Amino acid sequence: MTAVLDARDLVRIYESRQGLLARPVPIRAVDGVSLKVHPGETLGIVGESGSGKSTLGRMLLGVDPAQGGEVRLAGTPMPPRGTADWRALRARIQMVYQDPLSALDRRLPISVQIREPLDIHAIGTPASRAARVEELMQAVGLRPDQAGRYPHELSGGQRQRVVIARALATGPDLLVCDEPVSALDVSIQAQVVNLLRDLQQGGQLSMVFISHDLKVVRNLCDRVAVMYLGRIVEEGPAEELFAHPRHPYTQALVSSVPEPGRALDSRVILQGEPPNPGKRPSGCAFHPRCAFATGICRAELPQLQTVAPRQTAACHHVTGAPASRAA
Amino acid sequence: MTNLVEIRDLRVAFDGVPVLHGIDLDVRPGEALGLVGESGCGKSVTWLAALGLLPSKATVSGRVRLGETDLSGAPRAQLEQVRGGRIAMIFQDPSSALNPVLKVGRQLCEALKLHRGLTGAPAKAEALRLMDLVGIPDPKGRFALYPHEFSGGQCQRLMIAMALAGEPDLLIADEPTTALDATIQAQILDLLARLRAEMNMATVFISHDLGAVAQVCERVCVMYAGRIVEQGEVGLLFDRPRHPYTRGLFDALPRLDGPRVPLVPIRGTVPDPRNLPRGCAFAPRCAHARDFCHSERPDLHRQQDGRALACAYPLPAAPATQDTAPARREGVHS
Amino acid sequence: MIAFVLVRLFRAVVTVLAVMTFAFVVLRMSGDPAQVLMGPDVPQNVVDAFRAEWGLDAPLWQQYISYFREILSGDFGLSMRDRSPAIELVLERVPATLQLTIPALLLKLCIGIPAGIYAALHRDSAIDRGVIFLAILGFTIPSFVMGLVLVLIFAVTLHALPSGGIGTWQHALLPAITMSIGGIGILARFSRSAMIEVMGQPYIRTASAKGVRWHDVVRGHALPNAAVPIVTIVGFMVGSVISGAVVVETIFSWPGIGRLLIVSVANRDLAVVQCILLLIAAVMVVSNLVVDLLYGWLDPRLRAQPAH
Repeated sequence: MTAVLDARDLVRIYESRQGLLARPVPIRAVDGVSLKVHPGETLGIVGESGSGKSTLGRMLLGVDPAQGGEVRLAGTPMPPRGTADWRALRARIQMVYQDPLSALDRRLPISVQIREPLDIHAIGTPASRAARVEELMQAVGLRPDQAGRYPHELSGGQRQRVVIARALATGPDLLVCDEPVSALDVSIQAQVVNLLRDLQQGGQLSMVFISHDLKVVRNLCDRVAVMYLGRIVEEGPAEELFAHPRHPYTQALVSSVPEPGRALDSRVILQGEPPNPGKRPSGCAFHPRCAFATGICRAELPQLQTVAPRQTAACHHVTGAPASRAA
Repeated sequence: MTNLVEIRDLRVAFDGVPVLHGIDLDVRPGEALGLVGESGCGKSVTWLAALGLLPSKATVSGRVRLGETDLSGAPRAQLEQVRGGRIAMIFQDPSSALNPVLKVGRQLCEALKLHRGLTGAPAKAEALRLMDLVGIPDPKGRFALYPHEFSGGQCQRLMIAMALAGEPDLLIADEPTTALDATIQAQILDLLARLRAEMNMATVFISHDLGAVAQVCERVCVMYAGRIVEQGEVGLLFDRPRHPYTRGLFDALPRLDGPRVPLVPIRGTVPDPRNLPRGCAFAPRCAHARDFCHSERPDLHRQQDGRALACAYPLPAAPATQDTAPARREGVHS
Repeated sequence: MIAFVLVRLFRAVVTVLAVMTFAFVVLRMSGDPAQVLMGPDVPQNVVDAFRAEWGLDAPLWQQYISYFREILSGDFGLSMRDRSPAIELVLERVPATLQLTIPALLLKLCIGIPAGIYAALHRDSAIDRGVIFLAILGFTIPSFVMGLVLVLIFAVTLHALPSGGIGTWQHALLPAITMSIGGIGILARFSRSAMIEVMGQPYIRTASAKGVRWHDVVRGHALPNAAVPIVTIVGFMVGSVISGAVVVETIFSWPGIGRLLIVSVANRDLAVVQCILLLIAAVMVVSNLVVDLLYGWLDPRLRAQPAH
């Protein structure tokens, strides 16, 4: 089975100046990331700010150019950004961002905006496009009478539905969602999560779901990749990964999720903060915060290796044997 | 036990639109009280109003008593003594809550001067002690830095240090971890819990994150559309929520364990304060609402188990089964 | 920090060069000084001799090069009208102009900024609305209209002040006021919006929440933050102390740089016009430089800093 999305060794380096004239410091925002998404599968990408997860999302669409590695969509390499081929491809991969209000044009009624991709990619006849818009609105739970509304007349959750409907208009194979529910209130967030679940049920749509919210990721995703400072440190099936995290960082991340009924002092609380990506620690980037770090962690960059069926982790101290110190 | 703070019938309107409809709330000395609800429900407004921190377009009525002092209608000078002195407050976005053009040391010393009369070397020594207390590495080296030279998590630590400067009896933490990364959230929650225990300081923890509230609070108030709808001990309320809204908040949350099932969202959206439903404000979104709920508004009444509840047809008081998952799966509450 | 200053200095020099080049080219393309100075009836050989004398017969690029060569050697050329050094003609007019522009600048600062800040702190009050109204009125009414209205009231009707000329401090009053009104309006508007913006920031709420007294919140926490946008406008105003007086000096027959510029442009007195434009550009550029340095002093986030 060909993967819908096959990214290999992606690298993205920014030049960052600390101050106006300081020498630019290269920041490896994404540092050798490989991942695959299979048809109908949802891959979650979790990590904290500065982990490079959003940059990675934009690279998967070809919006942010890769300095190394390649992205293949259904087996074919991604055409260079801005070419006609690339624009045509955008019909098959769509993106949903965190803030629906800034993703929408406040001067246009929502039905026009949902229809826009159909016009751009010249899909169907004008009459069939109108019918498709109606169908899309229904699919995301918007009422037909809301078609003429403007973004500011809708609630946050409804706006995100519009963005999702627009992303689905061209019938994409892949949807890249970057924190799509983070700006929404709990009750509304559940509505949008359920909408995305319904879309998965069709079996056709693959998704990359980028979020810092582990609970939502676990609920939606089949597989999860955990990022730390531009690299994937652990990857595996969602349920197993959250039930038995192997990498010490994943363990801390899972443990940091506040849950009713779990006492505060039973949590693994990390010391320090994620380092500045411009000053990446040597060896394993996590070692300054890791309770298990030893000499090798400071010296050598650990590679992803299989630690359990379908689960990989990049840690010198995690082997194939079940982790004894799982949180 | 006498209450530290007593709020009675607190009402707030912005430009004539009421957003807070009579809040009665007590905070006991040293207790950790959680205030939960979705955005716009009035959690923050309650405390900003109590401290006189709302903009002038807001009209506030009701009574706020702190110990023997009546804060409602108190002269500005008296309020300024209370703020940062007996009641301190920290906010959601720590990076923008510190003044960007003033050195952090100076901002700390300002609070020390106002409430403890410290200036010069003693003030600096105390500021360094506070920075160390809240876990800022190398306080001496960082005393003269500006806020933008600290990370978000460290800015929140500095905010906490500043709040502690006045040795307050009550700390209001308004979404203190919302803008922070998961591992940093855990650090800040841990710090707040530790400081409360060490300093015997009451804490009001305003958050939409039920998990975080459950971990640090003893008592919880659930607010909806400018009213308290349910209030009680944290275990009681979170194990056996009786207001459909409280229950709805839990069911809407995905879990980190158990089966991965569709969530149970609360249908519809929070009502516009200019256009509140006539009866219970939650009725249009409530699966249990009957005719009565659409015409009459239930008052907050104390229940036998000690909680207070504002619902005409609450969920059964009988202990729910340990596992709420089957209920979700069958969609009992939707 | 030194590198920061060097870059700004380099930019300043480039700006001045650009202004000089522009002035040089436009002046020579827009009219023939010989024609203007001598009128249409002068024989061709006299005109040619005049051109040769002033170097106007050489190709434009040669004139341009020799112009720069002279400037670099400190020679700003002679006025074509009376053959006195252009730089002297210009510099002797500077004090007269500054007699108007500096009091005008002080009026702008002392009225515009406090009015704007007061309005911001009493937002939506009657005073706020009054300040906005007057500010808009101030900067929408052109200064030549404003000047004439003031003359009509104070000179013609009330006979309280002279309507033109230079002499006592009373002579400077009407022109200085005329010149300041637009700037007061602009500064009031900018200070007001800057202050409103700052007062809505979370750190202002933080300061209030920690018990800082109201006027200390305004003075110690809000003003330093509102200063950056205000300083930008003030810098622009300081930069135009030389150039800003053209219209007003003409209305009040004030013998300053502005009047000299008008007359010299009309006569195509090349050296004088170039000299004035160079002075204007230099003052503008220097004040911009000072503003840039002030930014760094006012807002630590704008400082070039080593990584911590």
